[in-house]
Amino acid sequence: MIGVAAVISLMSIGRGAQESIVSRIEELGTNLLFVRPGSASEGGFFGGSESATLTLEDARSLRDPVFSPRVSAVAPEISSFGQIEAGRDSLSSQVVGVTPEYQSVRNFSVASGQFISEAHVNSRATVAVLGSQVAEGLFGFRDPVGQTIRINGRQFTVVGVLESRGGTAFGSQDSIALVPITTAYYRLESQRTTQGGVSVSLINVQVADREEMDQAMQDVATVLRLRHRITGEDDFTITNQQETLETLEETTNTFVVFLGAIAGISLLVGGIGIMNIMLVSVTERTREIGIRKAMGARRRDVLLQFLMEATVLSLSGGVIGILSGVGVSRLIDRSGVLGENFGALVSADIAVLALVVSAAIGLFFGIYPAMRAARLHPIEALRYE
Amino acid sequence: MIELQNVNKVYPMGSLEVVALQDVSLGIRQGEMVAVMGPSGSGKSTLMNIVGCLDVPTSGRYFLEGQEVGRLNDDSLAGIRNRKIGFVFQTYNLLTRLTAQANVEMPLLYGNAKDSKRKSLDALDRVGLSDRAHHRPNELSGGQQQRVGIARALAKDPSILLADEPTGNLDSRSSRDIMALLQKLNDEEGLTVIVVTHEPDIAASTRRVVTMHDGQIVDDKPVVQQRFSAAGKDGPR
Repeated sequence: MIGVAAVISLMSIGRGAQESIVSRIEELGTNLLFVRPGSASEGGFFGGSESATLTLEDARSLRDPVFSPRVSAVAPEISSFGQIEAGRDSLSSQVVGVTPEYQSVRNFSVASGQFISEAHVNSRATVAVLGSQVAEGLFGFRDPVGQTIRINGRQFTVVGVLESRGGTAFGSQDSIALVPITTAYYRLESQRTTQGGVSVSLINVQVADREEMDQAMQDVATVLRLRHRITGEDDFTITNQQETLETLEETTNTFVVFLGAIAGISLLVGGIGIMNIMLVSVTERTREIGIRKAMGARRRDVLLQFLMEATVLSLSGGVIGILSGVGVSRLIDRSGVLGENFGALVSADIAVLALVVSAAIGLFFGIYPAMRAARLHPIEALRYE
Repeated sequence: MIELQNVNKVYPMGSLEVVALQDVSLGIRQGEMVAVMGPSGSGKSTLMNIVGCLDVPTSGRYFLEGQEVGRLNDDSLAGIRNRKIGFVFQTYNLLTRLTAQANVEMPLLYGNAKDSKRKSLDALDRVGLSDRAHHRPNELSGGQQQRVGIARALAKDPSILLADEPTGNLDSRSSRDIMALLQKLNDEEGLTVIVVTHEPDIAASTRRVVTMHDGQIVDDKPVVQQRFSAAGKDGPR
């Protein structure tokens, strides 16, 4: 029973943890491809952001469901550093020109106000959404929404504040100011592409299915090569988070093996408990066994009886275990001990597995006591007090 | 029907060997009612165990209804016990968790009997306890419990009823009732009844008394049966 409860709660926690880790890494964008301008050879790993070879039009073309069906969202960005002022306070921060898709692709949520909208992009509006650190640095605990700030000397109206994300491997994501991508291009930057469109510094491409990252990468490359009429070396670089994904897999596998081992040990302990109970039961009921044998019970009959009892015992233990396991998982879930987006997931397949396993354990650990019962000699069993 | 030929039974006790039965030969015919008497340690329990197919002789032969059973394995012996022998114990040996009816039904379940429920109720009827079928043993008097025990022994229509001190735990009135019941089954149904006892008046209620001493039969003679009338069904006390 304790074994099954342990299995249920540990497995649930395990699954929850797995989900949690996956979702945290998803926040970083494991299902994201990053397309940067410039070839890998000329610009190094991060590409040459000086070469303005990617445009808004390129980004739009990647939304084509025929040529790049695995892409679920595309968010181009223009990022630079800027000086942000509000009243007498001033700080320097990353200023990113974005489209509305950026919010979902990068998983930002808005704490107050709104995100950059399509209308803002179309009208090149001088509005900004501040990261929590920037908002706090400029306005303290006052609500920045509706306030006026200056970015590189230009006046912007704050329309929203992002929820705090905490640090990532790439630095704080809270020290950021978002503006419409067109505004960033026409009012904050002066780069022009050779093709004459709006050049972007990065295109975030969200892939629908993580399993299809490689194919999606191929699709994106093909589309861009066609658009740029490339025959030789690419003038863009695509990177993805394959390594992060691999690390993720290793981590979660270790986790599952670890929890599985704990659950296995508790099942073993539970099984030995059942064996003990059954041995005591056989001893206590020696006389009954003698009576049954005198009445004509064969070894097989006695063996079956005690195996059945062990199985019923462990099955009912299993049911209690499932109930308490579900309870414990719920409790853990509610208490939020393991973090906010950490849900302990109980699913039917775990429950069924636990039932089958508990029945099997009852059978396995019931064999020895049942054989002892079956081997008892009727006369000695009858004489037993 | 029961034929023991030069049966010996030796129990190893460490390095010693205890001789429980020494060269015992005994024949019992269908329909007899026999008492086996003797002091404790005389070997009468061992004899009963062998006759009841709970144990096998060390040497010698035992024929039950023409079949030699002395060399069978445990499960075959279990089958013979189930079909041919009904046991009645001094301490009743009923399963306390089960009702009277379920106790009587138990041996039927080990032999794939059909209608086991009806047969168990019939057996209870034969001992006059139909109205107690759904009581548990601890709700019954000693005499009633022993009658449930007899009903259980009768359920499979055995060839032999083996009663080991059936009245040992009963008061004299219940004892008379039980012996009257056994006499009735012997008289009216021709059931072979073997009673182990050390009470002379119980032995006197049978037709033949076999006396044992130190593992041997020292006396075997017919007696004038002292009739016990089924004085009245004893109600709950």
